[in-house]
Amino acid sequence: MSQEDILAGLAAIVNEVAGIPAESVAMDKSFVDDLDVDSLSMVEVVMACEDKFGVTIPDSEVKNLNTVGDAVNYILANK
Amino acid sequence: MSRTVVVTGLGATTPLGGNVATTWEALLAAKSGIGLLTDPQFEQSPVRIAAVVKEDPENILEKHEARRMDRSQQLALIAAREAWADAGSPELDPTRLGVAVATGVGGVISLMEQYDILRERGAARVSPMTVPMLMPNGPAAVVGLEFGSQAGVHTPVSACASGAEAIGYGAEMIRSGRADVVICGGTEGCIHPLTIAAFAAMRALSTRHDDPATASRPFDKDRDGFVMAEGAAIVVLESEEFAKARGAKIYATYGGQGLAADAHHIAQPEPEGRGVIAAMNRALIDADLTTKDIVHINAHSTSTPAGDVAEAKAIRKVMGSDADHAAVTAVKGAAGHLLGGAGSLAAIASILALRDRVVPQVTNLVTLDPAVDIDVVIGKPRQLPATGQIAALSNSFGFGGHDVVLAFKSYS
Repeated sequence: MSQEDILAGLAAIVNEVAGIPAESVAMDKSFVDDLDVDSLSMVEVVMACEDKFGVTIPDSEVKNLNTVGDAVNYILANK
Repeated sequence: MSRTVVVTGLGATTPLGGNVATTWEALLAAKSGIGLLTDPQFEQSPVRIAAVVKEDPENILEKHEARRMDRSQQLALIAAREAWADAGSPELDPTRLGVAVATGVGGVISLMEQYDILRERGAARVSPMTVPMLMPNGPAAVVGLEFGSQAGVHTPVSACASGAEAIGYGAEMIRSGRADVVICGGTEGCIHPLTIAAFAAMRALSTRHDDPATASRPFDKDRDGFVMAEGAAIVVLESEEFAKARGAKIYATYGGQGLAADAHHIAQPEPEGRGVIAAMNRALIDADLTTKDIVHINAHSTSTPAGDVAEAKAIRKVMGSDADHAAVTAVKGAAGHLLGGAGSLAAIASILALRDRVVPQVTNLVTLDPAVDIDVVIGKPRQLPATGQIAALSNSFGFGGHDVVLAFKSYS
């Protein structure tokens, strides 16, 4: 699975969870500051990513996932 | 002297219609919103009769909005948006805007869904929205957030009297000077195999499976229990002064409330209607009305054998010979029993009856129970006096012995 595939999958999840248009979910966007994903929605995004990409994202890692790029790269490295 | 409170906005989503206009029209036309539950999850249910909302909230709200809310919250928000727009979206200092939105049981469907997830997939898959979705104050909180209320957001809980108690609570916020405008009412969205099984275990539900549309029959001699329904009914109340200053349209005056408790049994009505009588008398006093002023009573009457007769006796006792000219109706024949939303739906029907000077008949009432010695509206709507001030009472009672009576007056 390529970086583009993961980004597209993550964008679909963020759209589903937070109602953000998928095209706004770009690598440099901050979940909190740019996409208005609050801490509860972030938990939902993480759960959905774990199901969709078959990764485990521990809470200790979630706090490092500030941008969409952080999340995509984490999934790419750990799937 | 406490401030006069008026009704300036109405909103509802019910088994009869997706808004107030269609719901009121269906009530006047004696249409039934009741049917059979066809979802496979109810296949084994001892009762499959219910009244589901006419417009599914999932089709109205944005998907991401809906997924963060329990069904009871979705319905409350839809009704609150209608009521707020109907009131003309008043502009005011948010510290002067209050919310009092009730539910009888809270987010039961969300709770059960998450319990299923816990059992099937483990704790790590339980939604972080579970608590906000199951908490009984959730609908009030959702409405409060939507409109930015800072005067206070409240949730009176008194089972099937909750929606009425919320209106009384909201009115007191205005009377006491805590708020100028309050969004208040009740909601319920808890039709689930568990709640059906639970009410069925109490032998409280109608089992008229061969003719579900007529299963809810307030005051009818052949009634055999109530029908579970879902929906929300919300009103906007404001101080008369504030409403007049902004040129708002006014539906009616909120007269007052009467509260009492039966002190009798956790679920059975007190057979002589002791608490009902006290609540009705207190509402008359609070609203500065006498029984002669009351031309209409919206009865709680749920279509249960015991409850309807006890209420009718109480009405006769309070009203005396004035009961002969007080047109009594009950909305549950058409809409089923909205539980936490029932009291506010009855209030909206009472308010519209005063405005339009007409009382809907009781849907499905064919043969009046001979034990019911009051003036129940049967067969067709009843016109109320065309001129002069008229007043109505709206009764709501809840398991636990809660008695809540609201009084409204025509506005001129």
